Amino acid sequence: MNDVLVYCELSEKGTIADISLELCTKGRQLATRLGCRLQAAVLGSDVRIAAESLYPYGVDEVLLADDPRLSPYRTLPHFDVLSKLIKAQQPQIVLFGASSVGRDLAPRIASYLRCGLTADCTQLEIGAHDDPKTGKHYEDILLQIRPAFGGNIIATIVCPETRPQMATVREGVMKKEVCDPDYKGVIVPVAVEASLDAADAAVEILSREIEERKIDIKGAQVIVAGGYGMGSRENFQLLHQFARLIGASVGATRAAVDAGFCEPERQIGQTGVTVRPKLYIACGISGAVQHRAGMEQSAKIISINTDPDAPINAIADYTIVGDVMTVIPQFMACYKNNLK
Amino acid sequence: MAFKIVVLAKQVPDTHNVGTGAMNADGTVNRAALPTVFNPEDLKALEMALCVKDRMPGATVTVVTMGPPRAAEIVKDARTRGADDGFVLSDARFAGADTLATSYALSQAIRQLGPVDLILGGRQAIDGDTAQVGPQVAEKLNIPQVTYAEELLGVDARTITIRRRLEHGTEYVKAQLPALVTVTSAANDCRYPNAHRMLRLAGEEIRMTDADSIGADLDRLGLKGSPTKVKKIESVVLAHKESVVLEPTESALNALAATLIREHIL
Repeated sequence: MNDVLVYCELSEKGTIADISLELCTKGRQLATRLGCRLQAAVLGSDVRIAAESLYPYGVDEVLLADDPRLSPYRTLPHFDVLSKLIKAQQPQIVLFGASSVGRDLAPRIASYLRCGLTADCTQLEIGAHDDPKTGKHYEDILLQIRPAFGGNIIATIVCPETRPQMATVREGVMKKEVCDPDYKGVIVPVAVEASLDAADAAVEILSREIEERKIDIKGAQVIVAGGYGMGSRENFQLLHQFARLIGASVGATRAAVDAGFCEPERQIGQTGVTVRPKLYIACGISGAVQHRAGMEQSAKIISINTDPDAPINAIADYTIVGDVMTVIPQFMACYKNNLK
Repeated sequence: MAFKIVVLAKQVPDTHNVGTGAMNADGTVNRAALPTVFNPEDLKALEMALCVKDRMPGATVTVVTMGPPRAAEIVKDARTRGADDGFVLSDARFAGADTLATSYALSQAIRQLGPVDLILGGRQAIDGDTAQVGPQVAEKLNIPQVTYAEELLGVDARTITIRRRLEHGTEYVKAQLPALVTVTSAANDCRYPNAHRMLRLAGEEIRMTDADSIGADLDRLGLKGSPTKVKKIESVVLAHKESVVLEPTESALNALAATLIREHIL
């Protein structure tokens, strides 16, 4: 039986990265649906303990390559090991994080294996497919769902003829969930071959500077987010004041980030982070599908917008029709009054 | 041997100005219906290429793009900014290519140029954001890749030194040449077109190259060579919530603030 494989990334501390635990959670669901095993590939140095921490996520088999040349991550050593491993294991599905590592490695692997790769999926499901041209019917293939071009469509992508079926997913899009704290998996050591020497020599890391995450809105309980409708970087400062008052984090749409209103780390949406706060206050945000993909699971949504027909209003619990620069100060005053 | 640089560039729809009719029924992009721009990160790659050329006497920069004939516009643009040469891979047989088929076509075109020392391209194009073509071209040519480059730190005949972006930090790497480097939006802006070059190159015809002249296996091109298929596209139908519409009056906002505090949301 061809299995589901998750390529696992390591954090700077040497633990399995959150994105990979999220993918294992999703991978477990896919494997259960398909009746196959879930495998995880862990490539690094001294990573046995990290590898064992994967079992509770429902991983049946950890394929473990342990070699100093595999840490920190470099493209060619990881490519060398993983491409051989996939050829040997023949998984039907391989999942990668849409991170700076996954986005570096996955396309090179896909090119080598001549298989399809869908970037930044927001949903992964198993289903059937009928090819309209050939009339061929496919059962149990991976449906790779993502918002696509222009913003107002959701595309379902399939790779019916090639294996493995590969996809990348951004951090935070899938939920991380322990399926069974006592789940029993095994470690299968992967031999690191001599061919790694050539891969090892191609790119040398001279030095690395790791920053603490300065801005991290992923876990925020309340988010005040601004869109292009905020108008300017100066106006955007009002959101910081608003957020400070109510104890929120500040997020933004891609349009606001592209316009230079705030830092890229604040971008919420398909190509930014996905958030699930208790309350999401969308200020001057029209609500393109890529943005909604990153925030629509918020428990409560308030939209403040001059346009009563802005798409975001359709998913808002409260819509306040008005100019953000007037409404926000008004609301801040009301909030202060109610605290008294 | 002169140092040879290739820049991979793409003419992309201006995603800030997308109108109706942008998609074909088969889920591919209807490029004819859209205004176009030089993909912003490819312009950054061009600047990095021109910087390498400045440092390496005799180096040449060739721009390669794939697209409809009008993609010649970006090759012309690159020429006026300092590129020595460029051409468009344009052929109906390239149409409908996903990233795998695209990278195959580009790598075949690069092979026709003889030995190349350095390939530069934008990290990703704004119409797809996949960031796949760079690493795939590097694999097809069997050369190292350095992605997420932000700054060129040094280059000589055999190596390139780059500052690159990590998720939570910065990495300084030295790669053996030939190599492929993808450049992010944090890199230097591209220099402006040069007036003298614009005048001199005004009437220049940009070369078109077809599938036959790159020695390609036709089965690996275009829609046929693309393993990813669009199964369906759906317009997004919003599940309407019970949305309460409020006028921005003092009493309405007061009531809302009170509700949020009472329900321990704020």
